[in-house]
Amino acid sequence: MSPNSPNVLHLQDVARRFPGRAAGAPPFTAVRNLSFAVGAGEFVSIVGPSGCGKSTLLNMIAGLDRPSEGTVSLHGIEVSGPNASVGFMLQKDLLLPWRTVLHNVEFGLEARNLPAAERRERAMRELSRCRMTEFADRYPYQISGGQRQRAALARTLAIDPDVVLLDEPFSALDAQTKLVLQKSFAGTIAMAGLTTLLITHDLSEAVAMSDRILVMSDGPGRIVEEIEVGLPNRDNPLERLGTPRATEIVKHLFHALHIDNRLDA
Amino acid sequence: MSHEATSSTTRGDRPPRALTARGGWWRGAAVPATSLTVLVVVLLAWQYLPPMFAVPKYIIPRVSDLWFEGIRMWQQENLLGHFISTASMSILGFVLGGLLGAIAGYTLGLLPTWEKVLSPYILALQIAPKVAFAPLFILWFGYNAWPKLIVTILVVFFPILVNVLQAMRVMDRDLINLARAYNMSRTKIFLKVMLPFSMPNLMAGLRIGATLAVIGITVGELVGGEIGLGYLISFGQGQANTAMVFDAIGLLTLIGIAMYWAVAYIEARVLHYVPRAIDPPPPSQP
Repeated sequence: MSPNSPNVLHLQDVARRFPGRAAGAPPFTAVRNLSFAVGAGEFVSIVGPSGCGKSTLLNMIAGLDRPSEGTVSLHGIEVSGPNASVGFMLQKDLLLPWRTVLHNVEFGLEARNLPAAERRERAMRELSRCRMTEFADRYPYQISGGQRQRAALARTLAIDPDVVLLDEPFSALDAQTKLVLQKSFAGTIAMAGLTTLLITHDLSEAVAMSDRILVMSDGPGRIVEEIEVGLPNRDNPLERLGTPRATEIVKHLFHALHIDNRLDA
Repeated sequence: MSHEATSSTTRGDRPPRALTARGGWWRGAAVPATSLTVLVVVLLAWQYLPPMFAVPKYIIPRVSDLWFEGIRMWQQENLLGHFISTASMSILGFVLGGLLGAIAGYTLGLLPTWEKVLSPYILALQIAPKVAFAPLFILWFGYNAWPKLIVTILVVFFPILVNVLQAMRVMDRDLINLARAYNMSRTKIFLKVMLPFSMPNLMAGLRIGATLAVIGITVGELVGGEIGLGYLISFGQGQANTAMVFDAIGLLTLIGIAMYWAVAYIEARVLHYVPRAIDPPPPSQP
């Protein structure tokens, strides 16, 4: 949270190009000139128009994709493939429908050779942190959308990640569930002291939840602005949103992204 | 298991349907009772209508003829032996065809380039009437169990291959990426994500295969052989014994139904996590 805390995640001049669709077509640049850092325990949000390369960015940090230029590093070590220190969560909960909530939370731990008892214990700990203990034996179809996302967060936290990547985790939920879940996530993340990168379309969500906001532009994606939120109570997003400072930042972001001038969405 | 417990308690919480439905207790039994009535009416018509219209027995034997012919076949034609032979060969062909179809489906699903290379031939073989190969297999292997077994394996193979392949094609990439991000090995990803993901498709393929297996065996037995219900059909035809043909067809259908039920039972067990339309909505708390 303090600016001089050691960086957990660091991106240096990252660019990612994809080969053109047709043969001989120029390569498509998804993101370029991306440089930013996220400090230990910091909560950073990235906002930007759709198609600005947010998912590409996320895949590179998760190690599922490699940058064409520049480096992505975690704790000073370059990311060269999937690694156990990054947990990611998408808009889709990606719970396996054939497993109970508890077994879903254990899923990420099954890649490691942990004894079954320890796996169970860690899964139960995360479920209780996400207040999902009573649903441990339910199947995904038996719980609500908000509960499913909480289960997905428990699964993400169970692997004890250094960085948590959240890719629009609330965008598929109804407005009320969304507010409840934002508060729940904010509380869990603050309590666990997690380093978090949230990708979102929702400007007030970014303001309510983060320490710092990075504004991305499209074609190709790059960071055009950085905003320090500077509000207390990061674990209580609803309370934050009521403050004049929050309203001011949302208004500023609204203009920065030219939402009022956009005709296409 | 815990799911079954949950849903049964949920069901137990609801008032029994027969009591709430208008019309009283017999409402729940109305549908099976009507089905049974239809059966009785058809059997009676079958028994009494053909003689009324002077249809000879060698065209349409009466129900009682079928019954007595069945007893005669049991006593004199070793009906049980033929039945067991057909039933066991159907099951064996189904299991082998299903196994090979599933293995081929998963292998091609994991090797998309090979799938593209082979897809025109798979399509051609899928369209080709497999039962027409039966005489060929007799030429190759002689009058023994192999021709009918191979025909059955071929008939069962394709629907299962195609269904499994379909599941592998529509696999949720994000699920695979999630497993990859957890640093899961390819073997584990296959066993923990791909295999269970494809289960509904595999089961659908097996259900089709179970009904087709009997067809494969029957054609094999019709074309060449000295044992099995298909052989009895061809034998009965030679003797102008229509009742024998009807009885054999009935028993073949019985084998097919039993195999279908067995697969459907396994499917309900394996896919217990798939919400069914008839299930009450799960109780949800905010």
